Amino acid sequence: MGEEHLRGLLARGLAGDASAYHAFLKELSAHLRAFFRKRLGRLPDEVEDLVQESLLAVHIQRHTYDPGQRLTPWVYALARYKLIDLLRRRARTDLLHDPLDENNEDFGASDSEAAEARRDIAKLLETLPDRQRLPILHVKLEGLSVVEAAHRTGMSEAAVKVGVHRGLKALAAKLRSAS
Amino acid sequence: MNTDDLVTLLAHGAEPVDSRATARRFLVAIAGGSVVAVMLSAGLLGFRSTPLDDSSIPMFWTREVFCAVLGVVGVVAVRQLGRPGLRLGWLPLGYAAPLVVMWLLAAVALLGADPHDRASLIFGQTASVCPLLIALLSAPLFAALVWLMKGLAPTRLRLAGAACGSAAGAIGALAYTLHCPELAAPFLGIWYVLGMLIPTAVGALIGPRLLRW
Repeated sequence: MGEEHLRGLLARGLAGDASAYHAFLKELSAHLRAFFRKRLGRLPDEVEDLVQESLLAVHIQRHTYDPGQRLTPWVYALARYKLIDLLRRRARTDLLHDPLDENNEDFGASDSEAAEARRDIAKLLETLPDRQRLPILHVKLEGLSVVEAAHRTGMSEAAVKVGVHRGLKALAAKLRSAS
Repeated sequence: MNTDDLVTLLAHGAEPVDSRATARRFLVAIAGGSVVAVMLSAGLLGFRSTPLDDSSIPMFWTREVFCAVLGVVGVVAVRQLGRPGLRLGWLPLGYAAPLVVMWLLAAVALLGADPHDRASLIFGQTASVCPLLIALLSAPLFAALVWLMKGLAPTRLRLAGAACGSAAGAIGALAYTLHCPELAAPFLGIWYVLGMLIPTAVGALIGPRLLRW
């Protein structure tokens, strides 16, 4: 369950294999949970929020992963950035449980106990404008195709795709500012 | 929302990622910004063909290569710093090498010159405007590179901002050589470097604020 396995799943996901991508995100969330839990021992409530924020970031930023690059440094650099970003917003770096040293991560630790986050993405979704909310609702939650979603909303297919993309970015920003 | 539900949401209908889209954005930003810099240099300042003879040709090309190498190093830095987890590798050396070479050439030129000529080697005719004009020419490219960086995922924001500034500064300086008559190494080692440092410093200042994601 290491680098090669996850990298293979992501490579297939980037090529458009949604089930491989699902498996990738699912396994990744367990690694991220272990990573944040180890470092946020005194802030256990934040762990799931950060896992979700990082998953959203991984998805939005997946185009910055170069398939020739090792996956481990990419994932943990991103997770570390999200962790430091949270701590900086809180200005409470003293809460760190474990020092944030570089490069000591592999995909060894994992924690698959998925949980509810305190900041509810479903609620934040409702605050998005319709041109973003409806594409996410139909394509991402109900699993309709882009064509079906375009038909349902009366939007063009391009507008549905843009709505999903911008909507997820807007969600990530809201998630960030809600903490 | 449960994390497993979020995973399902994100994976639903996930489209293939076009890995060339980022490369295209790179090309558009750099080509666009460079063309604007050249147009500003030619249109606003005017081409000026530096009078070249056998003795000045080597320094003419030294100046071009100096700016071009720093420009390439800056663009590579933008690329590396825009993606999480990439190492800087040889980049610090890439920045240092052209600077050290230029400063060595400057030292040799100053030491070999008659003491009365040293001031003109340092200040030339245009020292007072050179850094500001380089910064001006680099501004459009700087904006384009920051736009590019905002579409990537920098994790070291100050460095990422500085990298955008240094790349824009060096390419701006290269465009400025179309207009600039100065060829003395001491001049280049001071005023050109200062001109490149202006956008670099601006990038380092605004990076943490502007590039957050």
